[in-house]
Amino acid sequence: MPESAGGLTLEVKDLVTAYGAIKALNGVSLTVPAGSITAVLGANGAGKSSLLRSLSGLVKPRSGSVQLDGKEIAGRAPEDVVQLGMSHVPEGRGVIAELTVDDNLRLGGLWRKDKADRTRALEEAYALFPPLDQRRKRLAMTLSGGERQMLAIGRALVARPRVLLLDEPSLGLAPRITAQIMGLVRRLCDETGLTVLLVEQNARSALSVADHGIVLNLGSVVASDKPAKLRADDNLRHAYLGF
Amino acid sequence: MARFLSVTLGGLSGGFVYAAVALSLVLIWRATRVLNFAQGAMAMFTAYLAYRVIEHGASYWVALVVALVAGLVMGAVVERVLVRPVENGPPLNAVVVTLGVFIIVEGLAGMFFGGTPHRYPTHFSNVNYTFGDVSALAPFDIWVIVAVAVVAVLLGALFRYTDVGLRMRAAAFEGEVARMLGVRVGRMLTLGWALAAVIGALAAVLVSPNVPLSPTSMDAVFVFGFTGAVIGGLDSPVGALIGGVGIGLLLNYVAAYAGGDLQTLAALAVLVLVLMVKPNGLFSTTVSRRV
Amino acid sequence: MSVLTLTRRGPLANTLVRHLAFAVLGGVVLFFLTSTVSAYRDFQIANVGYYVVAVAGLTVLTGLNGQISLGHGALMMVGAYTAALLLERDNPLPLVVVLLLSVAVTAAVGALVGAAAARLRGPYLAGATLAFAVGLPGLTSHYADTFGGDNGLNVLTGPPPERLGLDFPPERWQAWITLTAALITLVLLANLASSRVGRSFRAVRDDEVSAELAGIHVARTQVLAFIISAACAGLAGGLTAVVSGQVSPGAFSVALSLSILAGAVLGGLGSLTGAVYGAIALVLMPSISSSASDRFTLSTDVQHNLPLLVYGALLIVVMLAAPQGLQGGVRRLFGLLRGRAPVTSVRNESVTEVSVTDPER
Repeated sequence: MPESAGGLTLEVKDLVTAYGAIKALNGVSLTVPAGSITAVLGANGAGKSSLLRSLSGLVKPRSGSVQLDGKEIAGRAPEDVVQLGMSHVPEGRGVIAELTVDDNLRLGGLWRKDKADRTRALEEAYALFPPLDQRRKRLAMTLSGGERQMLAIGRALVARPRVLLLDEPSLGLAPRITAQIMGLVRRLCDETGLTVLLVEQNARSALSVADHGIVLNLGSVVASDKPAKLRADDNLRHAYLGF
Repeated sequence: MARFLSVTLGGLSGGFVYAAVALSLVLIWRATRVLNFAQGAMAMFTAYLAYRVIEHGASYWVALVVALVAGLVMGAVVERVLVRPVENGPPLNAVVVTLGVFIIVEGLAGMFFGGTPHRYPTHFSNVNYTFGDVSALAPFDIWVIVAVAVVAVLLGALFRYTDVGLRMRAAAFEGEVARMLGVRVGRMLTLGWALAAVIGALAAVLVSPNVPLSPTSMDAVFVFGFTGAVIGGLDSPVGALIGGVGIGLLLNYVAAYAGGDLQTLAALAVLVLVLMVKPNGLFSTTVSRRV
Repeated sequence: MSVLTLTRRGPLANTLVRHLAFAVLGGVVLFFLTSTVSAYRDFQIANVGYYVVAVAGLTVLTGLNGQISLGHGALMMVGAYTAALLLERDNPLPLVVVLLLSVAVTAAVGALVGAAAARLRGPYLAGATLAFAVGLPGLTSHYADTFGGDNGLNVLTGPPPERLGLDFPPERWQAWITLTAALITLVLLANLASSRVGRSFRAVRDDEVSAELAGIHVARTQVLAFIISAACAGLAGGLTAVVSGQVSPGAFSVALSLSILAGAVLGGLGSLTGAVYGAIALVLMPSISSSASDRFTLSTDVQHNLPLLVYGALLIVVMLAAPQGLQGGVRRLFGLLRGRAPVTSVRNESVTEVSVTDPER
């Protein structure tokens, strides 16, 4: 397991994001306590990806607050947000296909000043994902879907994040691989104290590892509860969770 | 046969200059998906500055450094101030902006330096070596080839082996992802333009002893470099080098066997032919991700 | 379909009649104008005439059809040399025939360039047409016996017809020639723009895939636009030869191509009225530059290059101020400058017009 200084508490209040006249987030509030996993669920277009993009700075929110352990970061540029300790693993994995596995991983830690620790973080990522270790010099475009997901997560970890934003890690993966990835996220959280905000369409597997669940619909939070409670609510399951 | 060999060797130094121009265009294209039509004009301007420095008594090498530094600054400023606002707009907007820069820089050169062509000095001999019947490759040509080759190798090393190079590649391939990983993408794009302009400046200093310096003297050189870059696929630095040298050889055959005035039209013919047969060039390797 | 009623408003419902009426009115006004001003002004007006033709032609290509050309200066060169060579003969053809042949030859060259251009997009097309503009003047030195090399050819144009009087100023006669050509060109292009062909031009510009789906042959449309635009450039070139009395490769530089582009951009790309303003600006710039140089005692180098700086700055400023694109944005910008809110976005307008053409096909 990678070393870690432990997670930060992520607190979001009344976040509003709009693309032109279309509102994607309609005042979203949530809190992810340090060292826990919160799953964000909901249908396509519910605003899940917009939420992550607003948090990591890819989209500037119209209003609202985003705090990491009390420090306001709303509206900061993505390159600053990652340096403040929050890494975003984008949907569709976002590995850079033209670069090698090693280049992709190294890229994750380039902004950090401590070169020795950069190398250590890189080796920890390889230790965590042995398939990547065997393919260091291969171009990322030659990897399988599961390996790409490993690469994307590994690359985020090289930055030694204290909050991890994961967008649809199960997208397009076989159930067995999805289970592996989810198990890994749980272990990262338990063993290193990482804070995770996990966006998933696959509600069943996300809830299986999360400490808390939130359901988004049309840019608003419609439910926020323990996973067991969410699973037990038939109306919620049928209306938004699809299982 | 001896003539053919002489002509072939004679096309090499021109080819390396076009390869440098092609390489600079590819750098910019990869970084920002903009074709910089001002590349030749900007290079011409830096060569003029260097020429003035030599006129005031400085050495060839001091003047070369002046040209390269001027290119660095010019490339960075043009990208940051003029091109940045249109980088994500429709492609035609960026084209028109670089055309605006092109015409302004040529106008400024005309204002400051006049329209009379100047032969740029060189302290290498321009007398060809002779091997039997074959006469080609003056020491100056060797210098041109070595200079471009060294720059190409340095550039390759920069991209492959340094952190800055990795950042620049990431910024060029996937700007948004790079930003999420903490890369200051805007700075990398500025740096890409600046480096490209440095290579352009080198090309202008290298070509101006043979193509006398005037406000429009780099127009044709730009067209040849562009053709070389398109042959290589606009995306591939290695392709640009091969394409540039190839077009240099071809144009020297045209000049020797048909007439020097037809070179640009010959380049146009090659350009159209390549684009019709292989629109992505002969060496493009990029994943077709962008529509 | 509100757009439809907007484009068909006005007192004269029939487009052709309306355009002809405007042309006749313009012709009468210009007749009196040219008859009252000095010979130098008449010379300037003569220059405006051929610039109108060239800028309007590029406006059709870039504004209406979305293709860019940096080669229009070279196309003008084709027209100019055609006219010069035809007028050189011992028994020259009538001027009208000469100009028509200039048009025909340039249109043929335009067809060739356009056929290649129709397969190229954006920066590639710009690069190829630039290569054309840089390369074509080389032909004049390669075939120096025919084209006179760098010195070019003298163009022999006869004096004004005798029935106008012996002391009739030749500048006014030249102004009449180019203005007549300009008015005819504008009427033809205006009709083209509002015809079905014009609508298919716009449809291809806005979205090639949709246009294809609507049954428009995209490549053929693009070649046609290029030919029409080249024909205008050829006419403009022929007129240039007549007005300036000589043709030389230096007069048809890349700078000329870019000046015409600047004129078209200044005129708002897409409106023929704008093309007229753009042409006037192109003629006035050098004389403004020279009077400024006189006042501030600047060198001739500065004087000659000042217009280039203005054109370049113009291209950049318009692009920075109109991020939506060449078309539409520019028009909106100038609409705002005139203190008028845009009636409708260009995109909506053209979409409506595409849908109008559908049932006919």
